[in-house]
Amino acid sequence: MSATQAATDDVLIARIAEGDRLAMQVLYGRHHVRVFRFGLRLVRNEQVAEDLISEVFLDVWRQAGKFEGRSAVSTWLLAITRFKALSALRRRKDAELDDEAAAAIEDTSDDPEVSVQKKDTSDALRRCLDGLSAEHREIVDLVYYHEKSVEEVAGIIGIPENTVKTRLFYARKKLAELLKAAGIERGWP
Amino acid sequence: MAASRKMAEREPGDIELLLPWHAAGTLNARDSRRIEEALARDPELARQFAVIREEYAGTIDLNESLGAPSVRAMQKLFAAIDAEPARKPGASRNMAAWLAGFFSSLSPRTVAWSAGLGALVLVLQAGIIAAVLIDNRPASFETASLSMNEPITRNISAAPSPRALVRFVPDARVSDVTALLDKYQASIVDGKSGMFRLQFASAMSKDEFSGLLSRLQSEKIVSLAVATP
Repeated sequence: MSATQAATDDVLIARIAEGDRLAMQVLYGRHHVRVFRFGLRLVRNEQVAEDLISEVFLDVWRQAGKFEGRSAVSTWLLAITRFKALSALRRRKDAELDDEAAAAIEDTSDDPEVSVQKKDTSDALRRCLDGLSAEHREIVDLVYYHEKSVEEVAGIIGIPENTVKTRLFYARKKLAELLKAAGIERGWP
Repeated sequence: MAASRKMAEREPGDIELLLPWHAAGTLNARDSRRIEEALARDPELARQFAVIREEYAGTIDLNESLGAPSVRAMQKLFAAIDAEPARKPGASRNMAAWLAGFFSSLSPRTVAWSAGLGALVLVLQAGIIAAVLIDNRPASFETASLSMNEPITRNISAAPSPRALVRFVPDARVSDVTALLDKYQASIVDGKSGMFRLQFASAMSKDEFSGLLSRLQSEKIVSLAVATP
């Protein structure tokens, strides 16, 4: 995100704090897709993810006056989304979801049809990224897709900066293991 | 093979840990430079970076394939917003945000004229203060020959003007603030986080100053007034 957009996001938040509905529409238009995708990757259910974004932006509407600008607005949005997603997952017993995800990865490795697709590295990479644990998916997405710095990720997840770095390292190692199990060797680790 | 296994088992170094952020372009210039230098001299690290770039592209690809939410999400949000109680304008804004909003609403020409006028007022005020100080200034030093019975004293400057930290109410208008400054013969010399440091033109005793602070505190547009060095 450019510095200009970050600055105008701050202006939008100030206007939202004043009850400006149009500013809310602009902010929503600017961020809702990324918020939705981040939420969807966490909860893995489109219906729940759609409900999440309504809740996230409603929180923004209510809390805009308390936003102090210590982080970028996009970082604040992702932090709210994460909190809401984890609450939704708790309600839906997230352990079951992770088991389903792991099972999906194991199943495909034995499927002869899929073994042909394994030749396609990018396709396998996507499936394995999807097969990471929720904790690993989250950090990979925040760094690669949402382009958050070490400090921002630490703020969103609520962990020390060194843990952010090592967590991503081990997420990448896990990804390499999943790829190796799917027949893809990439030369690391 | 044995070498790569050894590499996987050891603890990663700081440069290695930062590679994903380098791929995403979210490192500061100093760290980016450190990593570029390390990549140039370490082929193993460069190989790992190439793998990271694939992961980076794959993650973007995966997220972009997720699509977008339906219009239902937006309709639900704005229906909820419409159901919220009406907000009192200005209730949640702090002074800094109010000042920023006020100045952004002025045209560049108005701002230029106001700034010019403000500068002129400051120069005039400084001139008047200087003239008053020069006229009423006590002797800046005394010679020891004046009296042998009194201790030798040296007064190198006049007593400093008293100062106060003031916070204005959120809906205070610029015209109200200006009128208050005129009334108390004060000027704003500093400001941070919605607090303004006011300096009063004339020196006064401790009791006079505490009376002035009480009067200031009772002003409608003042939410807080305390003495400050």
